[in-house]
Amino acid sequence: MTGQTTAPPPAPAEATPSEEEPTGRLARLARLQALQIIIVLAVIVIAFAVIKPGSFLTVFNIRGIVQDTSILAVLGVGMTLVIVTGGIDLSVGSVLVFSAVVADKAMAAMGGQGWGAALVGALVAVACGLGWGLVNGILIARAKVPPLIVTLGTLGMALGLAEVITGGVDLRDVPTVMVNTVGFGNIVWQIPTLAVIAAVIIAIGIVLLHRTRFGLHTYALGSNPEAGRRSGLNVPRHLVMVYALSGLLAGFAGWLNLAFFQSTTIGGQSTTNLSVIAGTVIGGTSLFGGYGSILGTTIGLFIPSTLQNGFVIIGIQPFWQQVVVGAVLIAAVYVDQQRRAAALRGGGKPRMSGLLNRMTSMSQATPARE
Amino acid sequence: MDGPLLQLRGIGKNFGPVQALSGIDLDIPAGQVTALVGDNGAGKSTLIKTISGIWEPSHGEIIWQGQRAHFKTPRDATDAGIATVYQDLALCDNLDIVQNMLLGHEVRHGLLLDEVTMETTAKQTLSDLRVTTVRNIRQTVGSLSGGQRQAVAVAKAVMLDAKLVIMDEPTAALGVSQTALVLDLIGRLARRGIGVMLISHNLVDVFQVADRLAVLYLGGLVSTGPVSEYDTASAVDLMTTGASRRTGQADNGARIPDSGREG
Repeated sequence: MTGQTTAPPPAPAEATPSEEEPTGRLARLARLQALQIIIVLAVIVIAFAVIKPGSFLTVFNIRGIVQDTSILAVLGVGMTLVIVTGGIDLSVGSVLVFSAVVADKAMAAMGGQGWGAALVGALVAVACGLGWGLVNGILIARAKVPPLIVTLGTLGMALGLAEVITGGVDLRDVPTVMVNTVGFGNIVWQIPTLAVIAAVIIAIGIVLLHRTRFGLHTYALGSNPEAGRRSGLNVPRHLVMVYALSGLLAGFAGWLNLAFFQSTTIGGQSTTNLSVIAGTVIGGTSLFGGYGSILGTTIGLFIPSTLQNGFVIIGIQPFWQQVVVGAVLIAAVYVDQQRRAAALRGGGKPRMSGLLNRMTSMSQATPARE
Repeated sequence: MDGPLLQLRGIGKNFGPVQALSGIDLDIPAGQVTALVGDNGAGKSTLIKTISGIWEPSHGEIIWQGQRAHFKTPRDATDAGIATVYQDLALCDNLDIVQNMLLGHEVRHGLLLDEVTMETTAKQTLSDLRVTTVRNIRQTVGSLSGGQRQAVAVAKAVMLDAKLVIMDEPTAALGVSQTALVLDLIGRLARRGIGVMLISHNLVDVFQVADRLAVLYLGGLVSTGPVSEYDTASAVDLMTTGASRRTGQADNGARIPDSGREG
């Protein structure tokens, strides 16, 4: 392997760019993890379908599951980016509520039930979310306060301010056009508009994370910020941008939430952050940073909502959903840690790459590290 | 090549009352490997950090390609063409070789990364350096051996048009075959006209690859000259006591007249 360095033909033996997608291994790794989680989801779906074929596998029911997951999936895009940097954002649920409250106030002030008010509401919600995201990012990246503490703080602040503004009573000034199209409408047939909006955001997120410089830097910082710094990246600025994006998406999710529930749901978002984090981690994003995919997160988020829905249908108390999701979450982190430990021990490839190699039949021989 | 690539004139560095370096005069020529050796605490790391812009010298001046230079940040030094490969390499294990090499210098096609050009650039640099042991440049760096990681870090430095590559203990963590790989790479850098500054504890490696030797002792430069003027024993004497009876003189030992290594 080593030493025959005098041989003039310089081409690295099999380093041909024959792979169809040059992002290569990273993308494949993400895809593999997404694949595993798809299998878990498929098992759950098949189980419910076998037990109650008549009521679970109906268009109406599937549509309900998709709709329930859409808002969480929008939050999941931002959360995945944050967790890939090695951070966490606990504030998403509160930022969602705060943005919904301010957007509701703005729409009420404008009056009317048309698109004008709805669009203003969307802009206001996005701006509020962006504001909170910037607060998070600046405190984390510039003031160097740990993300857990900063976002725990803004979790309380955003929710508290939302309650101050409303006196603790939910607002319901949502233009009807927004409810009827975004909230409950279908774009075609039985495909909810809400889900299509979420899908567009997910698609943009996937391109951003896997195909752009921004995404590459996000992965780099999650693995080794010092390497980023020495390569000339502006590490603090990048972190601010990542948290700002997470906040922005939480603000937009607040607007979607208004459309769906026709209410600011002040009391109803206390565990939203945990649901999103659980979905993200179940979907293969490592809490230690550096690894993760938005597709995985999206599928990971379907597991809790499918379980919830299925338990109701087969007549098990839906509270069991929380028990099962908790167990799945712990199992997912356990598996992640085992992979890391194996990578450190063997000095070989991180994560599932042994299996990965067999599946992709590349890099047949990689010498063990000395 | 007219004049040395890098000239240090009277470089000194104080940390409060502690004088870590004093009166360092050293020339680093292009196309040669200059080994900087010394015992622990002799000031090797301080000296390379001063050159690579981590901190500015307290005294003296750095003359880079004939002009006085002030490197206030590592970026200044990198932009000028001085690349430092630290012992910890600072690579991202989760990224592949191409992504690591082009991190911070990505090629874009519109908003998206131009993966094909990036891959071609990385592959070209690796093949210029004859790094042939890497089978797939889309492997994650975490899956590489120590020597391969070192090669990637060096290739990254060279790709940015470095004229001087400073390597801090590049073979410290490596086994025999991996060390051979890295030493070979160092030699090839020099043959390409790049100046190499090699910091090493390992005199075997130093004598194998270096053209010139510079010995630090307690923050001062006690001896410098072509490597042919030294042997292991005299180098060890200089490193541990600051003088060597075996070479007869401690300063600027241009002593052996028939030295063929001057260049």
